[in-house]
Amino acid sequence: MAYSLLIIVTPFILFLVLGLLGMKMKPVIAGIIGTLGMAFCAILAYTVAYQYFFGIGKTNGEWLTQIPLNFEWLRFTENLHIDLGILLDPISVMMLVVITTVSLMVHIYSLGYMKGETGFQRYFAFLSLFSFSMLGLVIATNIFQMYIFWELVGVSSYSLIGFYYTKPSAVAASKKAFIVTRFADLGFLIGILILSYYTKTFDFGLLTADHAGLVTTSMAGGTFMGLSIATWAMALIFMGGAGKSAMFPLHIWLPDAMEGPTPVSALIHAATMVVAGVYLVARLFPVYSFAAPDVLEMIAFIGAFTALFAAVIAITQTDIKRVLAFSTISQIAYMLAALGVSGYGDHEGLGYMASMFHLFTHAFFKALLFLGAGSVIHAVHSNEMDHMGNLHKYMKITSWTFFIACLAIAGIWPFSGFFSKDEILAAAFHHNPIVFWTLWIVAGLTAFYMFRLYFRIFWNGKREYNEHHKPHESPWAMALPLIILAVFSVFSGLIPFADFISSDNIPFHTHIDWTVAGMSIAVAVIGIGIAFALYFKDSKQPAKIAQSLGIFYKAALHKFYLDEIWMWVTKTVIFRYICEPIKWFDRHIIDGSMDGLAWTTQKVSTSIKGLQSGQVQFYAWVFVAGSILIAVLVLFI
Amino acid sequence: MNILSLFVVVPVVMIIALFLSKEMKQIRTVMVAGASILVLLATILTVQFLQLRAAGADAEMLFVSSTVWYAPLHIAYTVGVDGISVAMLCLSAIIVFTGVFSSWNMNMAKEYFLWYCLLSVGVFGFFISIDLFTMFLFYEVALIPMYLLIGLWGTGRKEYSAMKLTLMLMGGSAFLMIGIIGIYYASGHTTMNLLDIAQLHIPLEYQRWFFPATFLGFGVLGALFPFHTWSPDGHASAPTAVSMLHAGVLMKLGGYGCFRVAIYLMPEAANELGWIFLILTGISVVYGAFSAVVQTDLKYINAYSSVSHCGLVLFAILMMNQTAMTGAIMQMLSHGLMTALFFALIGLIYGRTHTRDIRKMGGLMKIMPFASVCYVIAGLASLGLPGLSGFVAEMTIFVGSFQHADLFHRVLTITACCSIVITAVYILRTVGKILYGPVQDEHHIGLPDAQWYEKVSVVCLIIAIAFIGMYPFGVSDIISNSLDPIIAKLTY
Amino acid sequence: MIQMEYYLIISTLMFFIGIYGFITRKNMIAILISLELVLNAVEINFAVFNRYLFPGQLEGMFFTLFGIAITAAETAVALAIIINAYRTIGNIDIKNLSKMKE
Repeated sequence: MAYSLLIIVTPFILFLVLGLLGMKMKPVIAGIIGTLGMAFCAILAYTVAYQYFFGIGKTNGEWLTQIPLNFEWLRFTENLHIDLGILLDPISVMMLVVITTVSLMVHIYSLGYMKGETGFQRYFAFLSLFSFSMLGLVIATNIFQMYIFWELVGVSSYSLIGFYYTKPSAVAASKKAFIVTRFADLGFLIGILILSYYTKTFDFGLLTADHAGLVTTSMAGGTFMGLSIATWAMALIFMGGAGKSAMFPLHIWLPDAMEGPTPVSALIHAATMVVAGVYLVARLFPVYSFAAPDVLEMIAFIGAFTALFAAVIAITQTDIKRVLAFSTISQIAYMLAALGVSGYGDHEGLGYMASMFHLFTHAFFKALLFLGAGSVIHAVHSNEMDHMGNLHKYMKITSWTFFIACLAIAGIWPFSGFFSKDEILAAAFHHNPIVFWTLWIVAGLTAFYMFRLYFRIFWNGKREYNEHHKPHESPWAMALPLIILAVFSVFSGLIPFADFISSDNIPFHTHIDWTVAGMSIAVAVIGIGIAFALYFKDSKQPAKIAQSLGIFYKAALHKFYLDEIWMWVTKTVIFRYICEPIKWFDRHIIDGSMDGLAWTTQKVSTSIKGLQSGQVQFYAWVFVAGSILIAVLVLFI
Repeated sequence: MNILSLFVVVPVVMIIALFLSKEMKQIRTVMVAGASILVLLATILTVQFLQLRAAGADAEMLFVSSTVWYAPLHIAYTVGVDGISVAMLCLSAIIVFTGVFSSWNMNMAKEYFLWYCLLSVGVFGFFISIDLFTMFLFYEVALIPMYLLIGLWGTGRKEYSAMKLTLMLMGGSAFLMIGIIGIYYASGHTTMNLLDIAQLHIPLEYQRWFFPATFLGFGVLGALFPFHTWSPDGHASAPTAVSMLHAGVLMKLGGYGCFRVAIYLMPEAANELGWIFLILTGISVVYGAFSAVVQTDLKYINAYSSVSHCGLVLFAILMMNQTAMTGAIMQMLSHGLMTALFFALIGLIYGRTHTRDIRKMGGLMKIMPFASVCYVIAGLASLGLPGLSGFVAEMTIFVGSFQHADLFHRVLTITACCSIVITAVYILRTVGKILYGPVQDEHHIGLPDAQWYEKVSVVCLIIAIAFIGMYPFGVSDIISNSLDPIIAKLTY
Repeated sequence: MIQMEYYLIISTLMFFIGIYGFITRKNMIAILISLELVLNAVEINFAVFNRYLFPGQLEGMFFTLFGIAITAAETAVALAIIINAYRTIGNIDIKNLSKMKE
């Protein structure tokens, strides 16, 4: 299956071609080249998936890992070397499909959405770069390869968020995204260093083999500050994942990242890059499960908390992309919580399967939501809900597909979100009641804020629009991806996921637990019902409720002031209390002492300069006096 | 003639040719031809070196030849190279070459290039010599032109900066002189040849004195905290190509010397006293990065960034294991190339906007897209983006340093790792301020983008950076193999 | 025969008078004369030592003659300088010549 190499080589070549020659091309040509290239990748990815699952199939009832290619890229020591290679196992194949599909949809969509923008070619070049890095990330054979592509996705995300580089807010957002994730990556890097020092390998296969036996034996007994080394290493690695996946408190970059073009938000900040953290934990799952179960528990709680936290904020936001951003945070937290409550093997590993399942379905309906939002923004030229309403009349396709996506994310049977969310709740139900109840509440909140969004955009009164700027349905390039993604959102839940993906790669059987499913549907319906009551028609009710909630509402609206806190830390603590004093110290103490040295030398020399007057008579006088002195000394002492 | 001597002869011939040439055109022809020959020589040398190694030549140094020129003190003009010197020679050749293009429109070009060539003589001579005294001699030859180049062709407080730079480096030289003479006598005053001294044993009580002297002497040039302050002022005042050559190559002389002389000849003292310098370099790394965050002058930002990156070189050298040292050499290459790229671009921008204050610039991406994109690439290389040279070097250093199991080294390594975040902060801050956003100053609108000669210089550097970044195994192998004898001596 | 010590006393006196003059005089001619006194004192010593201590040899005498010749040349040069200085600044006071330093 060495042709799978083409899947990542193609986008890279596209990036080089579009990046170097793009400016010489007509924008449309560049866009079409990019899209066709991505289509080629998608076809290859499907072929790989087909061949992996149905061509090679299971060996002894287990999905085996295939490594069609692996070569040494950089050697550190005898055992430690970064390899670049391709690893195919159920989750990486699944990710290949997700990434190429969503990326292709976004490419097609962008042909319409970005039409006429300056830098159209650049946009497609960066999309290709992103696809390349993200695909490289998921097929990584070792943790360092993952880190390499991890950084690359960070940069492509930076470039795309800052696509409108003349807009200061976009520049600030891109900078923030990069620095926050970089900070998290520091943890990742240190985690890798610790892990590799003890295990003497970067290789995923070796790390996870035999129930992570290598990790547990090599780190046995080591503790640091009361926690075992394995806990430290895995927690730090998770920190990297938490940064990319926008977990509390490192989530602050994601809402701001919505400054990028909307299709980019759909691709990077909803469907693919932000789930990298989930993927990382899933990739190293045996290590977490056996070597650092305490970290896994921490992940469950962080996930549950973030899910709730983000859902609460999402309710109050009025910028539609921000609502979706917080919704993304909340849903990714869901996936991580699912991983957190999962055990290893067979039914114990339900959470693992559910998490991957949710990742899969979420990618489609969240991409759909973002693209739909993009379509709306395209029509009304605003991100604010207050400028929308009654759009159903004007944009039928967008409205219907958006509705489907909302149902899917709310978890209504038989849409895809129902199946994956149900598995997550079932897994939590059996393992951790606190997590379960939190997630259950979040399910209700999700339904509520999604339908709040839906009603406020598409219904909510009989708003009339200016004759000259009447909203209209988007062009086909944009509508087509919406429809395709809507199809995915409806049906992708029907895939028997447990047959393909499981924590130990051995298929198991799942069945819908109707107690849990009933509870989740009930809460979702309640959420939708409240949203319907409040927002279907234009009413004063929501404002009154917000009024009565007072300070709590205000805190949620301001995202619980976390941005301000981080701002304070960076601007005040780091800039003013660390950097400025260092600058002063450098100029005045260090440099001052060097200058002081020079100054002293100069002063001393000026003060003894008078002795070298150049007057021979004076010299002679000193000479004679000196001779006499010496003579006297010699004679009398 | 030995191929290595050609590296010194070619610049000397260039100097003579410059004396004879009159017009600007002739001067440029001489410089471009000469610099191209140097690059060609470096390529040929690399190929020959690899062929010889592949053919099984396993001597520590290849192409060795020796001519005694002062017998009483056993001073000889001895040349020879291993993989590390070859890498350094390639780096110097590239930077000298690109520097020529970056100083295309100098006034008093003839005199400028005369000193420039003399500087190259010193640099190349330093990297090819394996005789302590000859090495020192070339080192001094490289320092002196710096004073004139900054003092005459610089900008801003040029006399002050030039004086400061020269005096501080000369101060370092004084320590170095003590160290070299000390090594010579302590090893039994029979030879000045590095390889021969390495076979002799220098008693530990002498090493304790001469190791710090030598390390400090070279360390000053490598911008070791707290002797780094010449660097920001010097770079800020120097003309473009001089900054390039200085930060790109001359600062590497420091790292190379620390490693080749201080650690190689006196490993026991290095083991014993290394921790002091390790702390200093650790401070350099973080301190330089933090200082860069709040600077407002482009050249100061880059100079402090150099302090941080060169700190990492010395840091890795002091870790004294094969991986970290390989990383150190790669970091030298990487930093040399990217800092040269930075200075070339800063010179380009400054030449047009006449300001280096980042608060007075903005939106340059719209005005000069080529230069801006290259600046972003340089920035990304500096903050360690995979695929560019910074990443491989830094990762090799971190992984190598982390192989020390004790808490002291661990903590220092993690501290050094933190610099990658701070680097991201100051790089993105600069890029965001000057390249993105709305145009800050309407006088900047309509400024021309890079000219062809500037493009040549910038593109060459970018290619080199990407080459190391994507093909690190080749580079790392050459370096790592050359380290074997040194590591063998370290573990005695 | 006159004892050697008398010659030496004379030359010592001459020498120190010369030194004294050299240090204290401000007029360049006076300084030059003082310098001549010092030199002549030395030459007397040469001749005297040669005559009294090594009567069979002539080196001291030659050296004396040699010294006289050099003194003459030196005086000529010095006078030329003094005349030139006089022409430029109008007097020959040594204080006024310190300008040449700058």
